[in-house]
Amino acid sequence: MTALLTRLLGRLPIGWLQLRHNRNRLIAALAGVTFANLLIYMQLGFLGGLLNGISLPYASFDADILIQASDANTLQDGSPLPRNRMLEALAIPGVAEATPLYIFKMDWKQPDGTIRTLDVMGVDPRMANFRVAEIEAARPLLALSNAALIDRGTRNVPPELFDEIDAGRPYRIETANRSVNILGSFRIGGGFGADGVMVVSDQTFLKLFRNRTAGAPNIILVRAAPGQAIDPLIARLRAALPAADTAVRSVDEAIRRDQNFQTTQRPVGIVFGFGVVIGALVGIIIVYQVLASDVADHMREYATFKAIGYRQSFFLGVIFEEAVILALFGFLPGTALAIALYAAVKATAGLPLEMTGSRMLFMLLGTIIMCTLSGAIATRRLAKADPAALF
Amino acid sequence: MHPAISIAGLNHAFGEGEARRQVLFDINLAIPRGQFVILVGASGSGKTTLLTLLGCLRALQQGRVGLLGQELLGADEETRIACRRRLGFIFQAHNLHDSLTAMQNVRMGLDVHGIRPGADAAAEHALRLLGLGERLHYLPANLSGGQKQRVAVARALVGNPDIIFADEPTAALDWESAQQLLDIIRLLATERRTTTLMVTHDSRIMALADRILTMEDGRLVRDEAVPRA
Repeated sequence: MTALLTRLLGRLPIGWLQLRHNRNRLIAALAGVTFANLLIYMQLGFLGGLLNGISLPYASFDADILIQASDANTLQDGSPLPRNRMLEALAIPGVAEATPLYIFKMDWKQPDGTIRTLDVMGVDPRMANFRVAEIEAARPLLALSNAALIDRGTRNVPPELFDEIDAGRPYRIETANRSVNILGSFRIGGGFGADGVMVVSDQTFLKLFRNRTAGAPNIILVRAAPGQAIDPLIARLRAALPAADTAVRSVDEAIRRDQNFQTTQRPVGIVFGFGVVIGALVGIIIVYQVLASDVADHMREYATFKAIGYRQSFFLGVIFEEAVILALFGFLPGTALAIALYAAVKATAGLPLEMTGSRMLFMLLGTIIMCTLSGAIATRRLAKADPAALF
Repeated sequence: MHPAISIAGLNHAFGEGEARRQVLFDINLAIPRGQFVILVGASGSGKTTLLTLLGCLRALQQGRVGLLGQELLGADEETRIACRRRLGFIFQAHNLHDSLTAMQNVRMGLDVHGIRPGADAAAEHALRLLGLGERLHYLPANLSGGQKQRVAVARALVGNPDIIFADEPTAALDWESAQQLLDIIRLLATERRTTTLMVTHDSRIMALADRILTMEDGRLVRDEAVPRA
């Protein structure tokens, strides 16, 4: 290692030798960097899970364009949308199909008394509404009264229950003095807003939620005619529909808007963002403490090197060398622990936490920047190394 | 050829306003190359300040100092660094880097000029000259006080400096080691015309010098040549 660094740096790797010399300090520093890494990884994981969870239902829609209420930021908030907008949309050239989608939350009480929150989506069972093959295959069943399909990814529900359903044994859910029969399953996955998704017909939906009406869906799913470019069609829809109560968006645009809203306007997103900042601050402070102590302990030696004729850049190089070594050596265990924790969270909480190459690269660069920043602050102490005080 | 050190009308003070305290008064001196000069004086007489000024460790305030032909009055930091690279410093404290071996500490005296082939061999040679051939890869923590001081001496001399500034370099050395150091200094003076300015109170060394300077209250009060037997 020393020989390799000597070759890389073109000088003795004093930073590395210093770190290696004081093992306790090195271990403390690495533990600090690892902890900061883990903290940031988890926050980024939750943030990524939030973003991923937001996009999953959108991505499951068999639609090119969504018509929402103008004040809607997410799938469910905003005012109800006049159903007439669907008919108006169907009159626009280039629109192949338009179908209403109703969404509401429902609490599902488990046999053990715990509650699972489901996003219930009501759709017209005569129309293709989803890109999820299992839903499309079971769509005729939705036409049955009180029939439902449920997300196998629903959090904290025994998988045996879904196996039973898929084996042809319906499962009955009682809710709000109503019952639904779950006849099949599919997989979309829950996010932070709900534990899972349930799909029912629009008629079943309206029975479940008496305060909702057929004339006020949440969203109108629009499919473009084959060969129809999406952007011009969006422009035509926007021109035709009153902007006062409707917003026309591509699916991607709706996902981005929802993600942006939930990460910047909702507490959960803001908390995760703060978590990343706090993690970085923890890392900066720990590494600064280590590097500053190291500088303080070697003040006379640094002053001697100054007397010999070493320039300030040399000392900065030593501190940054230490910072980068701490970053690299702290990054590896931090990443390994994060991968293990992601898997644990995914298994226990069902949150879609995924370790990606881009996230690891981001963390590596972020850790190097974090440690280098600490080093830059620590180098201010070097100015106190006065060679004239050595005599 | 320029003298190693030439000083004219050197004054220096610390502090400002009412707190200003002058520590050097009108120093005038010339030391030719190859001389071994000892500087003596009571504590507070200005020896240390003079060494720091001549060693380019402080900026000059008033007077002229020529160091190997380079005028130091008004010299910027870069010029002073360049000058320092031609000097060798031996401090009272060894100031060895605790995480570097004896060899690595000595190499720091060479690497300031950039890594060069043969640096390890030169560092090893310097340590062997000072009787540390068996301690090349020892960390300072595993060396005695005298051995540490000899490593510091090797670090100062390994780069073949033109001038050596030494502050009580033999204080931590036994007489045999001190003699080894003095032999090297005299050898460098003879072979490379290296100049040495040493602050010491070791009476055994006085007779070995070419010249003894005495300072009192910031003034150079005596400049005596040491008679050769």
